Amino acid sequence: MLRFIIRRLLQAVPTLLVLSILVFAWLRLLPGGPAGALLGDKATPQKLADLNHLLGLDQPIFIQYFKFLGRVVTGNFGSSLISGDSVLAEVGRSFPATIELSFFALVLAIAFGIPLGYVAARFHGRLLDNATVLTTLIGVAVPVFFFGVLLKYVFAQKLGILPPSGRQDVTIDATHITGFFTLDGLLTGEFDAFWDAVKHLILPAIALASIPFAVIVRITRASVLDVQQEDFVRTAESKGLTTPVIRRRHILRNALLPVSTTIGLQTGLLLAGAVLTEKVFNIPGLGYLLAQGIERRDYPRLQGLLLLAALVYVLVNLLVDISYAIIDPRVRVR
Amino acid sequence: MLPQRVARLRRLALIGLVGALAVAMSACASERGSGGGANDTFVFGAAGAPKNFDPIFNDDGESFRPARQMFDTLVTYKPGTTQLVGDLATAWTPSPDGKTWTFTLRQGVKFHDGTPFNAAAVCFNFDRWYNMKGAAAQSQMIYYGDVFEGFAKNEGDATGDPVYKSCQAKDDYTAVLNLNKAKGAFPDAFGLTSLSISSPDALKKYNADNVTQSGDSFTYPEYANDHPTGTGPYKFESYDKTNKTITLVRNDDYWGDKAKTAKLIFKIIEDENARKQELAAGTIDGYDFPSPADYASLKDAGNQVLIRPAFNILYLGINQKNNPKLGDVRVRKAIEYAINKDQLAKNKLPSGAYAQTQFLPNNVPGYTDAVEKHSYDPSQAKTLLQQAGATGLTLNFYVPTEVTRPYMPNPVDIGGAIADDLKAVGINVNIVQEPWNGGYKDDVQKAGKQDIHLLGWTGDYADAGNFVGTFFGRQKAEFGFNDPTVFTALSNADAQVTPEAKKAAYEQASVAISQYVPAVPLTSSPPAIVVKSTIHNLIPTPLTDERFYTVTKG
Repeated sequence: MLRFIIRRLLQAVPTLLVLSILVFAWLRLLPGGPAGALLGDKATPQKLADLNHLLGLDQPIFIQYFKFLGRVVTGNFGSSLISGDSVLAEVGRSFPATIELSFFALVLAIAFGIPLGYVAARFHGRLLDNATVLTTLIGVAVPVFFFGVLLKYVFAQKLGILPPSGRQDVTIDATHITGFFTLDGLLTGEFDAFWDAVKHLILPAIALASIPFAVIVRITRASVLDVQQEDFVRTAESKGLTTPVIRRRHILRNALLPVSTTIGLQTGLLLAGAVLTEKVFNIPGLGYLLAQGIERRDYPRLQGLLLLAALVYVLVNLLVDISYAIIDPRVRVR
Repeated sequence: MLPQRVARLRRLALIGLVGALAVAMSACASERGSGGGANDTFVFGAAGAPKNFDPIFNDDGESFRPARQMFDTLVTYKPGTTQLVGDLATAWTPSPDGKTWTFTLRQGVKFHDGTPFNAAAVCFNFDRWYNMKGAAAQSQMIYYGDVFEGFAKNEGDATGDPVYKSCQAKDDYTAVLNLNKAKGAFPDAFGLTSLSISSPDALKKYNADNVTQSGDSFTYPEYANDHPTGTGPYKFESYDKTNKTITLVRNDDYWGDKAKTAKLIFKIIEDENARKQELAAGTIDGYDFPSPADYASLKDAGNQVLIRPAFNILYLGINQKNNPKLGDVRVRKAIEYAINKDQLAKNKLPSGAYAQTQFLPNNVPGYTDAVEKHSYDPSQAKTLLQQAGATGLTLNFYVPTEVTRPYMPNPVDIGGAIADDLKAVGINVNIVQEPWNGGYKDDVQKAGKQDIHLLGWTGDYADAGNFVGTFFGRQKAEFGFNDPTVFTALSNADAQVTPEAKKAAYEQASVAISQYVPAVPLTSSPPAIVVKSTIHNLIPTPLTDERFYTVTKG
């Protein structure tokens, strides 16, 4: 087993190396550079050239790359040119915002998706079912950012019942401990701050939840329709079990197996959707860092973020492989 | 059996989690301060995050805005004007040769850390800037480099001889600044936010000069990030990057009128539409540079759109290097004659914008009616093109995208209108659009790839050299010309010491430039600032350097 893990870890090294080369080269192929963005309106050609020299951006790209690699190996991802903070600190700071948003979105998608999917299946072919299918079709088809802007326009701008953007009202003066604002509100007993953070999460969470919600509804519906035709349901009926018991124990439970797999897959996609949602709702999470970094050509931040994301992805895959290996020993020898 | 065990484990884990949460809750008492009431807090929507809070290491408006509330400068500009008035200095006198400036300082002023402001503190700041070590630190001192040209030892991009020589604290409240040469930018440049006076104690305590560069990034010291210490009406409290807010609190020991609101909060909202929505939702009290297209709807919603006097220039750059025809002054004049600037100002720029005849706003000394004017005249443009043998001329016109500047709210629109005008007189225009941060400035200013291009400038202080000197003071790839007449006229103007002589010399330079047409001055436009109807006493200023301590709410 240990040999298998070591072998897989060693295999991950070239993957990461290739990824680092791709990220590095891609950034430098983008037109423009950080010097122009850093110096702003007062940039002169001389200043641009000097700053490029100072940052080592005028050196051959492979020399820049090896220097970068040398720093990364020692755990130094550099500092953001925009904020001046180390990239790791930025990631640590922004991580809670993204996780909090994604978590709320997922809860919304599950809490409303599964019951709706189930009800649609129960009323298969009737108005409610058709309406649900149509709604979910729209949910999948409408881009997240457009839906976000629409929600903001209606609920924040026109009706004024929810805040349009940000994570918390700036005048609230809340205490932050973990960076998860809702959790912080509970931990410190500042319930007004907690409620305010929740209010700020509602619109972005709805926007972000739109796609996973639609997917969950459709999978649940299809799965329930499938399961209720199964032999064991008929057996249960013939045994004289009551309908609620059959629905809960035999249909829903079995129908939820493919749904849970889908939820797992959607969680990964949620993080990608968070990039757009954070931009629309001005939430300083990882997606926001990424978008701003691209706009301003913040090489250190982008390199760090993309490589860390790649690292996490590779590690997660590795864990999955290892878990397969534990479950099915045949994998190890393949 | 197995599911039951799993369920039991889950229950146990849940109980453990709740227990841990309860312990954590008991340990985390609320640390929140008392805070001001809603009417005691002014919340302003900033368009970007500041780089840091040490004014000397900054050069952009978003970094300067909070700094301006916390720091004072020796001189400043009367609110709403570009007229120089005293700030930390009550009087300032140059020697006849312009090489010595004597400042009489305000008494009874204290820094936020309680240390006294005096001549020694002023000299400490000037000496600090001059003696700054390290290429990283020097490269971040953009304005210092521009004004003072060099350091005790040049390590960064400054290559010039230093203008600064020494500073003496003659007595507690008299500081004497000795320069190696006179410079036309003074005394106005002493009011630059970059040259704000910091507490020497805080600078030393928080290691203020320690800007470091590792690989392709910079890190700033504790002073710049967490402990900016000036003498201004507000003090630094916090910069919460997780919620993108900068909080300043009233300085109760301020030497002037105390701030009217106890708190001043900057909420960073990069997206302009989001700022507008936040204003509508009432979560911010105002924001800067609303899009001219929104003025009407903002006013309809009951907000105040405060228009500043115009203090910028939008120009159509002409690069003489790539196309030999552009070396002919008749062709350059033809381009100017072809453009309907009045129409441009009226249709594409905010109300209050006006067509330009020269490269200075009309409130800067040096602006003159004596310049050679090339007002809209398509037939004259055609004649000149014919005379120069340039009919059927084709030009690559570089236009920036993904950018809004006070002098060009929508460059693509403006570029389109100009291209139409040029086509109307027979010039073929090939528009090349490039993102502002995606190579536009590199291509236009450094590589000079264009034949003509759109660019502009917002002034830093009311000195003509800050405008025309910046554009045409020396040979640049952007314009690709080498004309000693223009260069000499400008360096001569910059060397004048008395305001009268300076004004006359810049008027002469403006005339020389208008005859040479190195570029086409297009418009000057007034950027606005928008606040809710409940906000009072915010005085919009042409330099876009508003100080918010006068603002009241309610």
